[in-house]
Amino acid sequence: MIAVRLQSLNDFDEWRGKARQLLAAGLSPENVAWRIPGEANGLFEGGDAMLPEAAGPIGSVPRQFIELAQTAINHADPARFDLLYRVLWRLQEVPQLLLNAADKDNSTLTLMASAVRRDSHKMKAFVRFKAITDDTGFERFAAWFEPEHYSLELTAPFFARRFDGMVWAIVTPYRSVYWDTQTLVFAEGGRRTDVPEVDAVEEDWRTYFSSIFNPARLKISAMKSEMPVKYWRNLPEAELIAPLVRGARQAEQQMIERAASQPPSRHVKQTEKYAQAAEAQSEITSLADARAAVQGCRRCPLYEHATQAVFGEGPEHAQVMFVGEQPGDQEDLAGQPFIGPAGKVLDAAVEKVGIDRSRVYVTNAVKHFKFEPRGKRRIHNKPDAGEIQACKFWLNLEIGFVKPKVIVALGATAAHSLLGRTATISKLRGAPITMEDGTVLFVTNHPSYLLRIPDPERKALEREKFEQDLVLVRDAIAALEACH
Amino acid sequence: MPPLTLRRKLAILSDAAKYDASCASSGTEKRNSAGKGGIGSTEGSGICHSYAPDGRCISLLKILLTNFCVYDCIYCVNRSSSNVQRARFSVEEVVGLTLDFYKRNYIEGLFLSSGIIRSPDYTMEELVRVARSLREDHQFAGYIHLKVIPNAAPELLAEAGRWADRLSTNIEMPTDIALETLAPEKRPSEIRTAMARVRGKLDEAAPEAKTKTRTAKPKWAPAGQSTQMIIGADGANDGAILNRAAGLYSGYKLRRVYYSAFSPIPDASSRLPLRPPPLMREHRLYQADWLIRFYGFDVPEIVAGGEDGLLDLAIDPKLAWALKHRERFPVDVNRADRDMLLRVPGLGTRSVDRIIATRRHHSLRLDDVARIAGSIDKVRPFIEALDWTPGGLTDHQRLRAKLTPAPEQLALF
Ligand code: SF4
Repeated sequence: MIAVRLQSLNDFDEWRGKARQLLAAGLSPENVAWRIPGEANGLFEGGDAMLPEAAGPIGSVPRQFIELAQTAINHADPARFDLLYRVLWRLQEVPQLLLNAADKDNSTLTLMASAVRRDSHKMKAFVRFKAITDDTGFERFAAWFEPEHYSLELTAPFFARRFDGMVWAIVTPYRSVYWDTQTLVFAEGGRRTDVPEVDAVEEDWRTYFSSIFNPARLKISAMKSEMPVKYWRNLPEAELIAPLVRGARQAEQQMIERAASQPPSRHVKQTEKYAQAAEAQSEITSLADARAAVQGCRRCPLYEHATQAVFGEGPEHAQVMFVGEQPGDQEDLAGQPFIGPAGKVLDAAVEKVGIDRSRVYVTNAVKHFKFEPRGKRRIHNKPDAGEIQACKFWLNLEIGFVKPKVIVALGATAAHSLLGRTATISKLRGAPITMEDGTVLFVTNHPSYLLRIPDPERKALEREKFEQDLVLVRDAIAALEACH
Repeated sequence: MPPLTLRRKLAILSDAAKYDASCASSGTEKRNSAGKGGIGSTEGSGICHSYAPDGRCISLLKILLTNFCVYDCIYCVNRSSSNVQRARFSVEEVVGLTLDFYKRNYIEGLFLSSGIIRSPDYTMEELVRVARSLREDHQFAGYIHLKVIPNAAPELLAEAGRWADRLSTNIEMPTDIALETLAPEKRPSEIRTAMARVRGKLDEAAPEAKTKTRTAKPKWAPAGQSTQMIIGADGANDGAILNRAAGLYSGYKLRRVYYSAFSPIPDASSRLPLRPPPLMREHRLYQADWLIRFYGFDVPEIVAGGEDGLLDLAIDPKLAWALKHRERFPVDVNRADRDMLLRVPGLGTRSVDRIIATRRHHSLRLDDVARIAGSIDKVRPFIEALDWTPGGLTDHQRLRAKLTPAPEQLALF
């Protein structure tokens, strides 16, 4: 048995140097005992002097081991060095060891490392700086902290990154660290009294702590598991916990019992103002009124999940109105019709056949987006007959105010809406239909239909047919204009 | 009346903020003040600096700029008809408090909300001023979460996202009808429009996946957006709540939907259910939400685990689902694919990943699974391992009773 003495509690490089020597000498873990400063050697144990000279190269270890070991070496368990050496030893035979989550040594090591990481995390959370202000008003900060493991070295760089412009120190029982806005300096440990007892802002912090707590939600065990009691003695807010818990039931009861009192006069005045404003806008006498009113529509259930109603857009007295199916994902988000891919197809075709786009009003038969949520996407769903019927109210208002001479139904839903019955595009396209009020209706495909055709040849064919339909529309507009 | 002290304002305006659950500080970009002389850092995952006795993490200074409000939302302490004491911070006061708390390592940043005063634009502008001052005048690199005031001008929203890590707009109620009944001045479509605008800006700021030349776009609300829904103030069931959430996740790419059990408030309207908040229901909804986002469950599946559109309060939603689908079990841990392993009660994503990594080297025994999962009781009836098959256990009539935890005793303090 050989006893190896370490100078430091958690210096990985020191441990690695010695472990390498042992490994090179082929000393198995059972023959090695690790001693930390202050610990006595056992009987029959040789001292450091017996450490063999490093001889020859030693094998490499997975990087994962180095990372694990660098963390786990900060654990407070005296058995950590032993375990580390055993794993190192076994890695020579079984390089895959760390991939086996079921191995006992491996899982102990992993647990140790996560305990250290947790301790370091708690340090990040529960260090409480106290300010020391000098005569010039300059603030320095100091904190006393008692970590469970030796995790100061691991955690200090975090504080340096976070409080770059501050001068601060953290004192723990085994080591201290100072930051002067430039470098981290480690020194020996200290005592609680090395740090000021109180801080001027602490009382504000306690005020916040007690006010943000909702007594109706008491969950003591949840609090304790995240903020273990062992850390409490250095948290200025912790002294409030017991009284807050004791008073919680009563505070909750008081909230329940304090029923509504007479509203303040300020409120009464405000309510009247709103009521008048609401009344003033209840009648629809213009396209603008309709545009505003549609946002409150409840004629069918679609309003509930769509973002907003998407009303038509275009000149108030356009000659021609294109009616699509319903807004899609993008239209729903932006609140404008035909801004997505289908809109681009329509615009291109309109321009190609020579219809003046600036004289076109575009809208949809149904004003709200109907969809099926699927993860982070919304899948378009066809509106049903009831929804089409319910939304006809708004389309009629648009037609009534815009008074287009020609209406183009894009796709079956629009045709259904305008004709009041299910319609087949292929049978209706190519010839104008004169409506009761004298407007001329054309029926064609919805541009998104073109987008969905995979076969390029068929796609080109359908696009041509679509454009032919638009040529008819263009000619009809021209003819109507000639009459005037 | 003498002016309120800063401390008194802090008491009033943090008390007024405590009902908002949407408070976390995680998921933002990594940044710090190193070499810049300022203070503040964010490292991706947030830090909880303290815990209130309600078990909730305190990571941010969560306050209102003011609790004056022109709206009258019945469920809210700050509604205009309530007689709570009112207060208002100045922009400088909030900035000062945030820095003072931050320097002492009490907090991770600021979560600022406000009652609506004068107009949405005016209110939003004030919130933006606080954030701008922290960033520009004080080189503050900590976390900032701003509440979006629906209906505020898009330019203000655009600026808010330049300074804030996260933006949130609360949907408040599971249905539009409930919202309009309980919050008569709020328009659901305006709330959703605000979310849509935030999403639009987030999409613009997102790095394009395909382009190789990654021209650095200006950062915009790197922690994304979230929302809060109040549970139990209206009659909506869990199905309606989860459907609403699914619609919001898919439409606005929310990072989180926070569920907040309705809790009695002082000076409350008689139209509200004044009873202790349904905390267990809230907890189950979070679990369900989690399963939907990370475990491949869909809303109907989750809801079918309970009865009548309500989740089972006695057991977690995954176990509830598994007990109703025993025909899909036991699952062989040495062979099953990831998706199915994720459906085993008691196995989380990390355990599943470790099982898959380990079984490449050797077949797993029950003991191995226990070591990986941390505890085996809930897992055992649903799996097969090298040395284990549950036999009739999976179909045992009393399995549910066996796996239902005994009602928790309230801890004495
Ligand atoms: S789709 Fe039409 S009818 Fe249905 S709610 Fe929207 S606007 Fe109203």
